[in-house]
Amino acid sequence: MAAETLGWWGVPLGILAGTLRGSAPFLFVSLGECLTEKSGKINLGLEGTLLMGAMSAYAISYLGSEKWGMTPAASPWLGVLVAGIAGMAMGFIHAWLSQQPKVNDIAVGIAMIIFGSGVAFFLGKPFIQPQAPQLPSIELGQLFSGLPALQSALKISPLFLIGLALAPLMNWFFNSTRPGLFVRAVGDSPDAALAMGVSIKKVRMLCIIAGSFLAGIGGAYLSLVYPGSWTERISSGQGLMAVALVIFARWNPIQCLWASLFFGGAQSIGPALQAVGIDQGYYLFNAAPYFLTLLIMILTCSPKKTLSGAPGALGTISG
Amino acid sequence: MSTHRNIIYVPRRQVIRGLLATAAFAATTKLAGCSSGSETGTTDTAGDASGKPLTIGFVYVGAKDDYGWNQAHALGAQEIAKLPGVKLVEQASVPETKEVQEVMRSMIEQDGATVIFPTSFGYFNPHVVEMAKQYPDVQFFHCSTLWQDGMPTNIGNYYADTDEGQFIAGRVAAQSTKSGKLGFVAAKPVNPVIRNINGFIMGARSVKPDIKMQVIFTGDWNVPVKEAEATNSLADQGIDVIGVHVDSPKVVIETAEKRGILSSGYHADQSALAPKGYLTGTTYHWGQIYKEYVEQIKAGKKVADGGIVRIAQGSLKEGYIQMAPFGPAVSDATKKDAEATTGKFVDGSLVVYTGEIKDNTGKVRVPKGTTYKVSDPELDKVDWLANGVIGSVS
Repeated sequence: MAAETLGWWGVPLGILAGTLRGSAPFLFVSLGECLTEKSGKINLGLEGTLLMGAMSAYAISYLGSEKWGMTPAASPWLGVLVAGIAGMAMGFIHAWLSQQPKVNDIAVGIAMIIFGSGVAFFLGKPFIQPQAPQLPSIELGQLFSGLPALQSALKISPLFLIGLALAPLMNWFFNSTRPGLFVRAVGDSPDAALAMGVSIKKVRMLCIIAGSFLAGIGGAYLSLVYPGSWTERISSGQGLMAVALVIFARWNPIQCLWASLFFGGAQSIGPALQAVGIDQGYYLFNAAPYFLTLLIMILTCSPKKTLSGAPGALGTISG
Repeated sequence: MSTHRNIIYVPRRQVIRGLLATAAFAATTKLAGCSSGSETGTTDTAGDASGKPLTIGFVYVGAKDDYGWNQAHALGAQEIAKLPGVKLVEQASVPETKEVQEVMRSMIEQDGATVIFPTSFGYFNPHVVEMAKQYPDVQFFHCSTLWQDGMPTNIGNYYADTDEGQFIAGRVAAQSTKSGKLGFVAAKPVNPVIRNINGFIMGARSVKPDIKMQVIFTGDWNVPVKEAEATNSLADQGIDVIGVHVDSPKVVIETAEKRGILSSGYHADQSALAPKGYLTGTTYHWGQIYKEYVEQIKAGKKVADGGIVRIAQGSLKEGYIQMAPFGPAVSDATKKDAEATTGKFVDGSLVVYTGEIKDNTGKVRVPKGTTYKVSDPELDKVDWLANGVIGSVS
């Protein structure tokens, strides 16, 4: 039997599948945070935004098909849209608060984590039990192989493909377009941007809102694609990890993509190894991504210079 | 001169602000202190004689409809809420921190609860113990077997052993598998989880003596992404029946259904989540215990003077656990077998831990001729995986 012979091949396959399944939330949140941080503000609250997105997407997908008479094919997509809008609302609050005089954006971000998760838990209570229609996925596996494991590994969500396309697009936006250069100018040297006649507040407001929109979509992926259900622990810190990924990726959207894939795949190392019978030290395997991140940070940091690629105005309090 | 003035000088506004802040702080601490201190022990005891309803408080660590541990307790609470003269107060998503003490306190002080069921394991020490000291007239019933001599006597324990249910679920799994490989997604290698894994494999091996089961520990009670990953990895290995013991089995059962494999649930009935692949599952029937408690409390009995048994422990026979309804993948012969096995457990002719039992390294753990009933304290020491399990606890 084909599946019986899989054995050790299950490990790389499991990690590949885990990468394709699990990295989209990291990708969306880290791209959103990348955009936000490029404009010189930090939005730690994306963990809360992720939860809001997950909850609202699931709720709308369920309500749409059960209560409002939509087809189960359409309602998840409406859920994704609403998740993005919920994210934008969260982003607006953060953008408005964090740009008040003498307000620290990190403190506001922590408040937004608590606020976002609190609101999501409160509104999400009635949606823990019901099952919402899920987003469809593209079955690439059937083109190549009859192996069920491979087929399920190669089920790819269109949302993930959108995320994949978004990374180079954002890179191009930062490097080759006029608005992108404005964003970078505001982030690197607000004084210069001001002299150019760019409104710092407006640019930052738009960047934070757009970034939160992406984080909301990332939440929709969690509840409508993988793992595909709404529980209060659905994000389990992924939003915060994605924020940290941006530093790891040196504020470069393409590297955000690699870092997200890496972290997404790392989540499946522990289970994949245990599935073939390597069960010593699985706590260590589960901690592997953090350990590797720490190692890379130590290897690449230098006491002589600041992190390359960091927006100049990041972490300063304006006004 | 002027510098001297500067040091002494404090702006008037700052003085007023400071005074206000101190006053507010003092007021809050005073008030909080009062409510906990002065009213201690003045709460009424179960007032059914005077016609007042019996107010019972339930505290849950997570959501009440999580298809898991909390849902099982909440369903039990719903059963007693229907009884006449019972008023139910509930609070969900209470963390295992000092917050649970405040929740219990407000249930007692504000809602007049005279019986509290704090349903999460981690509430017990120090939180339940502390509250029981402060409110000696309130009865606390905690879901564990943790009470020890020297602790307040107004705490009772109750517990349901699931070994027998898992044994039956294991038998059903072994009869339903096509690949002959079983899998188990578990949270942490702690005693209750290990016993459920062992029960499952021993049941399976009582049907097919060579069957093997791969265990994956996710490392935490509630990590949906890891649980889904674990289920997928097991499916990739050709495993076609998955058992589970995590806080909320929803993600595992749903993921197994998406992969087209069979699953065996835990805590509560999850058949609605997997209409094709759900086999059965061990479910708690806390309503049974709760009803017994309500009857005893209404009769004026107390756990403090021994009127109510200190530890109420039971399993299939007592009706504390039940098997979830069988799914469509279970054959009629298997259903009959499961019912027959249930009957054997109820009449005591079958015991899960009957020697000789070896662990998965080949060491004899229960010698021939020794049997341990499910309530035997000896079983609380089980820290080894039974023969046939691929996995390790360290």
